[in-house]
Amino acid sequence: MRQRLTPSGGLVGEAPFDIQLTRRLYRAMVFARTYDRKGMALQKQGRLATYAPFEGQEAAQIGAAAALEPNDWVVATYRDAALMWAQGYPWELLFAGRTGDERGGSPPEHVPVMPPSITVGGHMVHAVGLAWAEKLQGTDRIALTSFGDGATSEGDFHEAMNFAAVYEVGCIFLCQNNGWAISLPRERQTKSATIAEKAIAYGMPGIQVDGNDLFAVYEAVKEAADRARSGGGPTLIEAVTYRRGPHTTSDDPNRYRDPAEVEEWARRDPIERVRIYLSEHGAWDDEWQAAIEAEAQAEIDRAIELAESMPPLGPGEILDAMFETLPPHLEAQRRELVEGLR
Amino acid sequence: MRVLTMAKALNDALDVGLEKDSHVMIMGEDVGRTGGVFRITDGLAEKYGEHRVVDTPVAESGIIGVAFGLAVGGMRPVAELQFMGFSYPAFDQIISHVSRIRNRSQHRFTAPMVIRIPYGGGIGAAEHHSESAEAIYAHTPGLKVVVPSTPYDAKGLLLAAIADPDPVVFCEPIRLYRAVKEEVPEGWYEVEIGRARVEREGADVTLISWGAMMLETRKAADRLADDGVSAEVIDVRSLVPFDAEAVTASVSKTGRAVIVHEAPRTAGFGAEIAATIAEHCLYSLEAPVLRVTGWDSVFPLKRSEHQYLPSVERIVAAARKTLEA
Ligand SMILES: Cc1ncc(C[n+]2csc(CCOP(=O)(O)OP(=O)(O)O)c2C)c(N)n1
Ligand SMILES: [Mg+2]
Repeated sequence: MRQRLTPSGGLVGEAPFDIQLTRRLYRAMVFARTYDRKGMALQKQGRLATYAPFEGQEAAQIGAAAALEPNDWVVATYRDAALMWAQGYPWELLFAGRTGDERGGSPPEHVPVMPPSITVGGHMVHAVGLAWAEKLQGTDRIALTSFGDGATSEGDFHEAMNFAAVYEVGCIFLCQNNGWAISLPRERQTKSATIAEKAIAYGMPGIQVDGNDLFAVYEAVKEAADRARSGGGPTLIEAVTYRRGPHTTSDDPNRYRDPAEVEEWARRDPIERVRIYLSEHGAWDDEWQAAIEAEAQAEIDRAIELAESMPPLGPGEILDAMFETLPPHLEAQRRELVEGLR
Repeated sequence: MRVLTMAKALNDALDVGLEKDSHVMIMGEDVGRTGGVFRITDGLAEKYGEHRVVDTPVAESGIIGVAFGLAVGGMRPVAELQFMGFSYPAFDQIISHVSRIRNRSQHRFTAPMVIRIPYGGGIGAAEHHSESAEAIYAHTPGLKVVVPSTPYDAKGLLLAAIADPDPVVFCEPIRLYRAVKEEVPEGWYEVEIGRARVEREGADVTLISWGAMMLETRKAADRLADDGVSAEVIDVRSLVPFDAEAVTASVSKTGRAVIVHEAPRTAGFGAEIAATIAEHCLYSLEAPVLRVTGWDSVFPLKRSEHQYLPSVERIVAAARKTLEA
């Protein structure tokens, strides 16, 4: 397993980028955690529908996005808000999806990010198609798809890996192995010793990295991105991390896992080790920490305010995005719907 | 007698089924250690062991395809698909294999298995968690399709499904899991698959529904009764086989029918019922048969869910319209 930054902030080999970028990505991880904790809190207040927290997976997501170009595709899941945001998806739309508003699935024109996949596994094949479309149209854009350890059991995972390799498309498969698929531990999901080794069967490189290590994740994704962009085809990356929270706000992990495991992983926190590293390089202090936390809080508060102030879809509007133009039978249903709401 | 929710009644049915026949087994995502995301299999893994209540990998096609093999091989699998919206990756197995093996092999091989699927909306769930696709399964020859709306029926129908020699798609209305309680007998009893239940007798109009929409339909009947309209209420319970006799007997008597379902309208099971009524009791009809259904839209997210679900008001208005005709 590749590692560049140990849990206590020690550097193994060379840092993949300078202190300035390290500070920027550290700040991004603080923003991500602020969003995530806010999401959990808002759900408890009944202001969001089910929420799937990603606490503990910030380095895997922020590190991966940092290795992409701004117009590379990201096709991710319900647990990937940080990754999606880092690729341009606004926080307020991520929140909007969680308040139960369809417009949360509609990012601004320039943002190359698909709405999060709620079905497990179905989206990986789409990333292959997107990467292939770019290849066929002669651009140098690539696609990254993110998914969990559980998703590797779905048939679509295998079909995606196979297509990507056969057509040599520029697709990066980023598996965030967070140890659990709801209540099923990783050991019972697959008999493979690692998820990375699954790559061998499809004829592509597989890399296992410490997913709580910002540097290692960045480096692995950068390597895969360079290969993809230069026509070298797909790569599977297994980022070994941990889901510190419940599967979602409807889940009670105490029914199936030992809290000691959670504590152990809290000691391998992805943000803390970068903090120590920065501090040791004289690039972190309490004052800056307080400043970025305040900034993050303000930004996230603004985002939820925006999401909540969006009026819900008006009467009948639930039918307006079914087709480009409403066919007659839907026009009739729309009239009936509006009448029925009166 | 014990008073149980539908969730507990289903748990009880599975318990009784596992107890009675060592070939019965449960399999699905998170059904073991955590007792299923709706806790329907709560406690069963501890009681019967993880070889009989099996946590599977996240792979719906695998769950159903393997359950099919187990069934052909002599076991009695009860497979759980976590939500109806996640039954689609298993669709090929259900349509191409589970539903046809008896016919393909001319009775040589059979797949006596139950596919339990929580379904339906009304709880403000995330995308794909509110689907009502029962008509798609009903449209597939070779599958029985059952939908309970009460705890008593839930247990009796599930045991009947486990005993059934053919595959049964068992749709469980999520909104009803903990909405109502009633007396549920201990031990094994069956509710016959293929029989509708006339839940309330009436003379003026027949309201026909199933699943969670029975809640609104009952309320609509109450509302109509307040205005002196006597509505007969039928809980279909079994889409395949469909109890055409119960429905046509009722509509022949009342001369009016309103069909209520949560699924989208086009090619919904309501169309099948309306056609059956037209075939058998056209000359008794006093008014056009009406449908109150979900719209032909993707099931909306939380903030717009109320626009989609049939309301008591819409059902009452439709019943009134048949009376005015
Ligand atoms: C096709 C499909 N099946 C089942 C589910 C229900 N479900 C949601 S998340 C999940 C576990 C996924 O685990 P993993 O891929 O490891 O991702 P994680 O949630 O750990 O990020 C399951 C079974 C689903 N959303 N889609
Ligand atoms: Mg996982």
